[in-house]
Amino acid sequence: MKVHVDHDVCDLHGQCVFTAPEIFRFDDRGELEHLDEVGADLASAAKRAAGVCPTGAIEVAE
Amino acid sequence: MSGLSSVVVVGASVAGLRAAETLRDEGFDGALTLIGAEEHRPYDRPPLSKDLLIGISEPADVALRVRGDLDAEWILGDAAARLDLRRRVVVTESGREAAFDGVVLATGSAPRRLPALDVEREGVVELRTLEDALALRECLRERPRVVLVGSGFIGVEVASSARTLGADVDVVSLDPPLIVAGTLFSDVCRGMLVDHGVRLHLGRSVAEVVGGEHVEAVALDDGTRLPADLILVAVGARPVTGWLDGSGLRLEDGVVCDASLAAVGAEGVVVAGDIARWPNPLFGGLSMRVEHWTNAAEQGAAAARTLVHGASPETAFASVPSFWSDHFGGRLQSVGLPGLADRVEVVGGAVEERRFVAAAYKGEQLVGATTYGMVRALMPYRAALARREPAMTEA
Repeated sequence: MKVHVDHDVCDLHGQCVFTAPEIFRFDDRGELEHLDEVGADLASAAKRAAGVCPTGAIEVAE
Repeated sequence: MSGLSSVVVVGASVAGLRAAETLRDEGFDGALTLIGAEEHRPYDRPPLSKDLLIGISEPADVALRVRGDLDAEWILGDAAARLDLRRRVVVTESGREAAFDGVVLATGSAPRRLPALDVEREGVVELRTLEDALALRECLRERPRVVLVGSGFIGVEVASSARTLGADVDVVSLDPPLIVAGTLFSDVCRGMLVDHGVRLHLGRSVAEVVGGEHVEAVALDDGTRLPADLILVAVGARPVTGWLDGSGLRLEDGVVCDASLAAVGAEGVVVAGDIARWPNPLFGGLSMRVEHWTNAAEQGAAAARTLVHGASPETAFASVPSFWSDHFGGRLQSVGLPGLADRVEVVGGAVEERRFVAAAYKGEQLVGATTYGMVRALMPYRAALARREPAMTEA
């Protein structure tokens, strides 16, 4: 599953990092980093993270 | 799989939408109906007191994006009026009936009202819907004298937006601002309000609205008279469960659910968002009801999984609640239940710079963490709360 974050929309709330730290994290400068592609084991976590993003910045697609 | 052939989702805001998306994700391929009291497809409420009010965003910008193809029937502008569990139908106010095998209840909250403040009167308003926000925005263009009653999230955020637009703002509130975040953060928030020219009347309530056809002033319980063109009542919310009276469901400040968000005493009924009262396994099964946005989003998805797969330890909703509030250029964020704390410890940043993190403990047990402006520093606390670690002392 592909994970895409629209950085123009992302407002660094960090809800995705709360929800799916296996996929999303803040780097040392406070910018959001994430895996671009996840396996079936993390697909559910990716969808949950997309669902709790306050700005709807995360897109997941098969 | 559960063999469900029809599901009705009652409530078309974020909890209902996430429930509908998740039902499809989890393989439900039967008939899906969403019922919404408002005429709109799901939209996002947090911007209503902020970007939409200031005019940075427009109604089209606050529509919630729908993930995937829901293949759903929408009944909008027609609130649910009754749940008939014997016939297994939801009856709407216009008399339409939607039949179901499984139902998701997600009707959210409505603003609390006060006897002294009649919101039917011109010049006395509340903020819940897109229409409320657009009407308020129109009023704020005139730079009115605004009296905000209440200093929770909406009161503080509207104070910030109204000052940005150049309106004159008084806040009347029994409680200190954002007291939900605890006294330390409340004090900082109070400093922000004062620095931005908001006049605070704390520990006070409204005795009377003064004026004829137009509102002229607000009289407080101590006799103070505040000139006003516009009064916003923002004194919290109440769960919308009146339509469930007589349904047989247990209603105790919300719909009583099990740990998996299945309504107690009914088959095929799950609950999500502001109206769900459930025992949170992460807090020792403490019965709670949470009105925050992220809770609604998470519970919508969780309730849908329970409906499809049945209640089990795997579908238990073990949640670290969280909220945020943007105001006066700062962002307050919180995880856990800092309201349970008997001790708060600043663990990073500087309070006087209004950029700091504090951990909240009950005894030795970490119960929450809150920050102005340092979200990264919340992460280890969020993780510890999710693992139910007893205590941490450093970020």
